[in-house]
Amino acid sequence: MGHTLIEKIIMKNTGLDTVSPGQIVTVNVDRVMIHDIFIPFVAEKFKEMGFTRVWDPDKICLIYDHMVPTSAVEDVRHFQIGDAFAAEQRLTHVHRTDGICHQLMPEMGYARPGQVVFGTDSHTTTYGAVGCFSSGIGYTEMAAILGTGELWVRVPETIRIEIDGELPGNVSAKDVILTILGDLRADGATYKALEFGGSAVEKMSVASRLTMSNMSVECGAKCALVAPDEKTAAFSGVPMAEIAWLKPDPDAHYERVIHYSAAGLKPVCACPSQVDNIHPAAELVGTKLDEVFIGSCTNGRLEDLAAAAGQLEGKTVAPGLRLIVTPASRSIYIEAVKAGYIETLVKAGAIVTQPGCGLCCGRAGGILADGETVLATNNRNFLGRMGPSSVKIYLASPAVAAASAAAGEIVLPE
Amino acid sequence: MAQFTGKVWLLGDDIDTDIIIPTEYLALPSVDDMKKYAFSPLRPELAGQIAPGDIIVAGKNFGCGSSREQAPEIIKHLGVACVIAKSYARIFFRNAINNGLLLIESDLHDHVQEGDTITVAPGEQIEAGGEVYPISPLPQNLLDILEAGGLVRAMQKRNGLIS
Repeated sequence: MGHTLIEKIIMKNTGLDTVSPGQIVTVNVDRVMIHDIFIPFVAEKFKEMGFTRVWDPDKICLIYDHMVPTSAVEDVRHFQIGDAFAAEQRLTHVHRTDGICHQLMPEMGYARPGQVVFGTDSHTTTYGAVGCFSSGIGYTEMAAILGTGELWVRVPETIRIEIDGELPGNVSAKDVILTILGDLRADGATYKALEFGGSAVEKMSVASRLTMSNMSVECGAKCALVAPDEKTAAFSGVPMAEIAWLKPDPDAHYERVIHYSAAGLKPVCACPSQVDNIHPAAELVGTKLDEVFIGSCTNGRLEDLAAAAGQLEGKTVAPGLRLIVTPASRSIYIEAVKAGYIETLVKAGAIVTQPGCGLCCGRAGGILADGETVLATNNRNFLGRMGPSSVKIYLASPAVAAASAAAGEIVLPE
Repeated sequence: MAQFTGKVWLLGDDIDTDIIIPTEYLALPSVDDMKKYAFSPLRPELAGQIAPGDIIVAGKNFGCGSSREQAPEIIKHLGVACVIAKSYARIFFRNAINNGLLLIESDLHDHVQEGDTITVAPGEQIEAGGEVYPISPLPQNLLDILEAGGLVRAMQKRNGLIS
């Protein structure tokens, strides 16, 4: 019997000849990511557990993103504790203002094809896009990894998702993953691995694949993998020959295989207040908006800013609407400046903010008031995430978001 | 684990971590400061009404959303004896066990009302309204963590801080 991609990564990591779903194994952790929200708790638990030195400083990334720049006096404490822990443990991979953890981890080469990576954030599934087994954990488990370098995992069942054909011009990876979430529902892949494939996925940029893997946690997935190809090798800076083993066996056993025809997909939105509440954007045309947010670890990459700028070229944001654009990382910000996207967006009336999580986690940078409506490109529209629980949050692609910002209401992108 | 009896608080499907504790309260200095805001987007009065020994009974996908460990910690600090849901989101499940919060998978949600009193025998059964609902035991590695009182204590044992 052959193996799925996640099984092969776990086998390589553990040295086991075979593994099967349901089996509990201990993996050796290649890299971990801790962000600003949880570093105080990780540091506290680490000491409480009786550890004094981390297992390997080179394998630890500390990234400040949710609270950058601070928006409350208590926030500074997180940086102070993080900096002190980094100094004490001689951590070298510390990013204080460079962007969102889930962008930096693959972009900086911290999360690479074939590795096993854990992070203190649910959207750690993102790095599956480069063929990395990555998943979110809590701060207590992170503290235990810092001391031991290992973690138990249950080998997940795999759901294979095949997307074949050519996506229509106004349909993006965001529409694809939202459609999948609507079909699988919020708990459709709980404890399981997703494996994306098919000609449409092969044609996608690494950035688009990152969008798909990022949101896979919204159907409960433990991880969401794409088999690496030449694009991955170039993105991650590894020779193709080194990662050629990272593909599922032809006779791998899947819990189920789901097929999509790319040509039949449409722009869609997640409607308030669940990510799996998916409706065609065409049915929502005319929904009035108070704010539009383009950014996050889901859709704050260069191609997303390009799509937004494309929709807003020569246009202006609707009167009274607030458009907030947040590049996912410093390097994306610089590239977007060079390409002229930032100028286009600013001329159109956008507020362009510093790289970071921004409005997505609802702590700063565009909090909404009672009864308002926002269309956002991030990954969650839960009750109370971006302001009071009366705020309505719609999720969509950067193209839908930017076109809607110009119209003042939900419209289809050109 | 010994059996216990408690009062039911009934919640629905997909109770996400932003409902259990919204992000804006995560910067508060302690879990005790945060716990009065538990479930506030959905039921602002609930945190003040839950008494030690009470039991939360919910639908499917309990704890979906972010990795914030304050979610199970707050439920534990409210004194909740256990959560009984149809299913759990993966990170919440791990975090709960690591904090010594007992989780039970059962469809009890469809058979009880809020305010009912039920009796739980962990790993064996739940008694509610004269009916008996069997439940399965947790895997041994998780029971070890729960019985140590959570992952911190399990690591303290490993590191020789406690016996």
